[in-house]
Amino acid sequence: MSFDIVLTVNGTRRTIPIPDPRTTLLDLLREGLHLTGTKKGCDRGQCGACTVLVDGRRINSCLALAVSLDGAEVLTIEGLAEGDRLHPVQEAFIAHDGFQCGFCTPGQIMSAVGLIREAQAGNDPERVREAMSGNLCRCGAYAGITEAVLEAQAAMTQAPTSQHPASPRQGEAA
Amino acid sequence: MIPFEYVRATDLAGAVAAGTAPGAVYLAAGTNLLDLMKGGVSRPRRLVDITRLPGLAAVERMGDGSLRIGALARNSDLAHDPAFAKAYPAVAEALLSGASAQLRNAATAAGNVMQRTRCPYFTDTGSACNKREPGSGCDARGGETRLHAILGWSEACIATHPSDFCVPLVALDALVEIAGPAGTRSVPLEAFHRLPGDAPERETVLEPGELITALVLPPDAASFAGHSRYLKVRDRTSYAFAVVSVAVALRLDGGRIAEARLALGGVALKPWRAREAESLLAGRAPDEAAFRAAADAALAGAEPSGDNAFKIELARRLVVRALARTAAGTPERLPALPGSAFAPLPEAAHV
Repeated sequence: MSFDIVLTVNGTRRTIPIPDPRTTLLDLLREGLHLTGTKKGCDRGQCGACTVLVDGRRINSCLALAVSLDGAEVLTIEGLAEGDRLHPVQEAFIAHDGFQCGFCTPGQIMSAVGLIREAQAGNDPERVREAMSGNLCRCGAYAGITEAVLEAQAAMTQAPTSQHPASPRQGEAA
Repeated sequence: MIPFEYVRATDLAGAVAAGTAPGAVYLAAGTNLLDLMKGGVSRPRRLVDITRLPGLAAVERMGDGSLRIGALARNSDLAHDPAFAKAYPAVAEALLSGASAQLRNAATAAGNVMQRTRCPYFTDTGSACNKREPGSGCDARGGETRLHAILGWSEACIATHPSDFCVPLVALDALVEIAGPAGTRSVPLEAFHRLPGDAPERETVLEPGELITALVLPPDAASFAGHSRYLKVRDRTSYAFAVVSVAVALRLDGGRIAEARLALGGVALKPWRAREAESLLAGRAPDEAAFRAAADAALAGAEPSGDNAFKIELARRLVVRALARTAAGTPERLPALPGSAFAPLPEAAHV
């Protein structure tokens, strides 16, 4: 039985038929919507190459069933830049050589955007490294990635703009 | 992944009705389930999506002082909730020591409890596994057993339960609230997971159609807030399951231990409560001799299930270290690497 779901992908709301409920969000993005910036690395939640934001939170899109995300807002690497203007995290990855081959980079950048929104790491490189541990880089660009995340975070929290708010989540009272 | 029927439940009664059918499983985030389905380890014929059930993600302080954690509360929301982390610091530390930020953002409280073992012979469909295929044997026996159980195992199964979250929860007497075809019930988390015995395919006390609706921390669980830690030894610095982990909660009174709670992870097919060790600690001064006696008691029944005798001594030492760090007091802020057993005090570094 086919399900129609509604997803807002990179700001565009669309109704998408899901003929096979086995479809992951990752496969829907790549094969159904041709948004191939999100990469399939391990397809088992171990490498982080498929990281996207769903309702503002970074997740592994390979371990989410598309049909279950009906109504969600999805942000992928394609939705980050504003025209030719790169997102501060993208700028920082370039400035700090946060990649070599580039395969893990969309996932690294989306994970960094999620990390900055979570607002848990502060300007502590130890906490940034820990919070980025779900993204593997086989080229070993970790030093540059950590610097890029710290710099982008500093830029975004010092001068938040309406286009790229850091929007830290507030904790709720238990 | 074999094909399955997708059913989206809109209320609890409908979920239970749909989930009682043979071959049906409940779907929350699916971070563990989908991985197992891709590998052909889990082969459900129907997925009952419970993510739309109303009210199941709430975290509520109840009138009697207990805390009710809705089944769908996300691991990261719980751990990063300042009031939760202040009242139950060992639980927050355990949550943040597990998995990756992406997985914690998706994974739910009940899903964490329901996650399956990471025994590589269970996840490899080419290997014999009594848990996956009852009666087929256990290729882990005599295989690569470095990370397998040292407590409560049987000839049929030597796997461990991989959860970090469950370890402090079991130390704090958490309850599991369950709904099913016969109504609702509540069982202690300590009695929720089954030891393997000769039926390792029966992993929990859940009956067909039953699902977890909440985890409940009793009123006194918050009384340990000043002295609560979770320490975890793992093969990688981050994003790795525990080789051995220890949750400790102490109530100190007049320089003595008034009450101790102690549980171990990565050692058995369930989070392992060490009650004899707790009894030994009660009334004693928090010193090295008391900690060593407790560690010996906690591991008294341990037996290697293969090439893993080192885990017994490792667990003893980790119990001693966890008790010492807990007695020194809960850190003001969670360490940069939550659960690190090697970090210098007071602030853990990424080692």
